[in-house]
Amino acid sequence: MASAVNTANPADTNSDELVFYLQDEHEHAEGSSTALGFWVYLMSDCLIFAILFAIYGVLGSSYAAGPGPQDLFELELVAINTAMLLFSSITYGFAMLQMDKGNVRTTQLWLAITGVFGLAFLGIELYEFHHLIEIGATPQRSAFLSAFFTLVGTHGLHVTFGIIWLVTLMVQVNMHGLIPANRRRLMCLSMFWHFLDVIWIGVFTFVYLMGMLR
Amino acid sequence: MSQHAHTAAANAGNQTKTAEKHARDNAEDLHDEGHNHGSYTSYITGFVLSVILTAIPFWLVMHGTLDKNWTVFIVMAAAVVQIVVHMVFFLHMNAKSEAGWSLMALFFTLIIVVIVLAGSLWVMFHLNANMMPGMEMDGQGPVTSNPVPGGDAEQQSQ
Repeated sequence: MASAVNTANPADTNSDELVFYLQDEHEHAEGSSTALGFWVYLMSDCLIFAILFAIYGVLGSSYAAGPGPQDLFELELVAINTAMLLFSSITYGFAMLQMDKGNVRTTQLWLAITGVFGLAFLGIELYEFHHLIEIGATPQRSAFLSAFFTLVGTHGLHVTFGIIWLVTLMVQVNMHGLIPANRRRLMCLSMFWHFLDVIWIGVFTFVYLMGMLR
Repeated sequence: MSQHAHTAAANAGNQTKTAEKHARDNAEDLHDEGHNHGSYTSYITGFVLSVILTAIPFWLVMHGTLDKNWTVFIVMAAAVVQIVVHMVFFLHMNAKSEAGWSLMALFFTLIIVVIVLAGSLWVMFHLNANMMPGMEMDGQGPVTSNPVPGGDAEQQSQ
């Protein structure tokens, strides 16, 4: 009985051999589960940010007689930064649409534009950090500033790695074209990139806007 | 034994076929959904909505003349709506992607996020309230009114 069941080939179900369970797992195309796996990674990343947000929420008003949000933040700068990230999100979307059509050149072009917006975001953020540190609002100054630099810095670090990944993929696409593996990688980066934009919504809302309303 | 197994197998035969069909359908679903990158319309829609939902809170905080509580409420509401907009139009989240597992993972994460955020803020608020200097001065408990009814009792039990 056991051998009869085990030798039955699930591929030809028309044969007389009947099986009552699938012997092999059904066909998984290579990388077919990558999207879900990557999504689970993003969710775990989301938990990291949740913890950092919680820390900021708890420590955000412990100024240690130092400067508070209203003394430090420039909303114009944050608004420009938000626009940069939003533009980079939609240009990445256009890159994905071009990828679906199989246009290597336009895909690369949109990816490059995305990278430029990402770099602009990073540049503005680094300028802001530099300015804060210059005027003495360093992470060591107060619990509020420690939490601020950790939260916003972690987001910035993600964007940095996103840009590195983007450049890597542009090189890959340049070398091998839009092969399935590259499409899959571009799809993962797309999720990563849009996810970072979602986190940024939380950052500009809770850190910057709420800080100014305090 | 053998006969019994064969009967079972015969009974299960149709189910096997159905199961395989399901698996195939599933795989096709995954394929479709996994490669659903939206359209220009959906990206533009998401982008326009995001711009509006970003501009409103920024304008309110920078130039708005609304009452502070209302501003806070609108800023928070705009953020929540914008996160949903991003999820739907940029991350193409829907109940069917990855046969519902993406949404399941998202909900699980959201539950954890709410527990972490609300729990931390709640506990640390009470901790701070109990550390108020006023408490040592008169020994009558925190100066600030406690927003949670029966909160004192819960703190003691913690």
